[in-house]
Amino acid sequence: MTHLELEIQAVKTEVLNMWNLVESQLQKSRNAMLHFDRDLAREVVLREKRVNAFELKIDRDCENIFALYSPVAIDLRFLLAVLKINNNLERIGDIADGIAKYIIEALTDFDKEIFTKTGMLNMYEEAIHILSDTRLAFEKEDTALARSIFKRDEVLDNINRAAIPNVSECIRADMGAMNDALYVLSIIRKLERVGDQTKNIAEEIIFYVEAKVLKHQDPNTKVNM
Amino acid sequence: MENTIVKSVNYNSYFGENHVVKNVNIEIPRNNVIAVMGPSGCGKTTFLRGINRMHELIPGASAKGQILLNGEDVMEMHPIFVRLKIGMVFQRPNPFPNLSIYDNVIAGYKLNGIKLPKAERDKIVEHSLTRVALWNEVKDSLNKKGTFLSGGQQQRLCIARAVAMEPEVLLFDEPTSALDPISTSTVEELFHELKKNYTLIIVTHNMQQAARVSDKTAFFYMGELVEYDDTKQMFTNPKDTRTQNYITGRFS
Repeated sequence: MTHLELEIQAVKTEVLNMWNLVESQLQKSRNAMLHFDRDLAREVVLREKRVNAFELKIDRDCENIFALYSPVAIDLRFLLAVLKINNNLERIGDIADGIAKYIIEALTDFDKEIFTKTGMLNMYEEAIHILSDTRLAFEKEDTALARSIFKRDEVLDNINRAAIPNVSECIRADMGAMNDALYVLSIIRKLERVGDQTKNIAEEIIFYVEAKVLKHQDPNTKVNM
Repeated sequence: MENTIVKSVNYNSYFGENHVVKNVNIEIPRNNVIAVMGPSGCGKTTFLRGINRMHELIPGASAKGQILLNGEDVMEMHPIFVRLKIGMVFQRPNPFPNLSIYDNVIAGYKLNGIKLPKAERDKIVEHSLTRVALWNEVKDSLNKKGTFLSGGQQQRLCIARAVAMEPEVLLFDEPTSALDPISTSTVEELFHELKKNYTLIIVTHNMQQAARVSDKTAFFYMGELVEYDDTKQMFTNPKDTRTQNYITGRFS
């Protein structure tokens, strides 16, 4: 292995470590929400600093490799992709942090029925799954798996699109649940962004492995490109 | 005007029995900078020297196939004419040590017995040195020996000597490998200027240099032209695995 390969391997390991942390943040904010566990939510908020530290470290490592090794071809594409993936992961970390803060600021436990009625719980599960599968696609350079993310993101989009009528319905049924319903709507919006960020990451994986630019392509074209 | 200035058709070079360049087909567009790269012994310099018939000067060397300059086979032209049209600059700056800067620039005319009036010679010297961005540095010391200059200046003087003959193509064989980074950068900047008037073919081991200065890049391996494409394409997404392995340093 050349020294450059070792450096790139180290960056990849670092990204995977960050990815695990972000996944765990998202998982914990979900558990905190389900069990109204404020301590767990506080832990998520505290650990957000570690996500930020990862982002800075990976940015710096990439910058050093650009400056010292002048990478080209797949190495160059890898580093360009990592810079963007890093940014997307950090934003997903922010989303987990944002959800955890809702739990800290909520006065009482949430009405769990709203979680299921709005499809939010399914959405949360799927968001975590696609983030995890995208990590696997990155780790194994599996572009078929990366492409599957585009379709699966549509599940999140559909739940998001149906959010307003579903949440309104919950409010109409029980005006006392208005606060909870609005929190749930906010969480759905955040999870939709997790889907978008993950989709962006999947595009970067395909760019890195196959040198194809899928950004701003029609979703159907994207799957077949 | 036809855009292709140099074309090789099934071109092969040999040193005795040793087949050094194997069936190379390449079209070089006018006013472009072409980088030729590849590991040592891949045949890139031999190919370069075939373009202006320098290869045949080596005892035991031979070639098959065609090198076309503006559609005409260079083998059917007088070698001196070929070298007037296709100038060459070498790895180490090689100004004539006993000649002044002025005489170095017009050495090509003197050596070929071309007599010119003084006013015209002056014009050629100024024009050539200006083209290589050396005029302002040496205009007050034209009578000093060429070897009085720094390495980078000497190399630009050698380029001026080639430019003075008004060639169409300039061949460079590792032109900056003996220069410091500042002189290298000056020569590289010069390439961008020179391509407005000439077509440049540069053999280089320095991949970053190839990426910085060239429009198209050719990758040679074991005498074969493996890949030839736009430099941006070659350095972001090469098509051949051997090219990718070479430029990313994974070559074994």
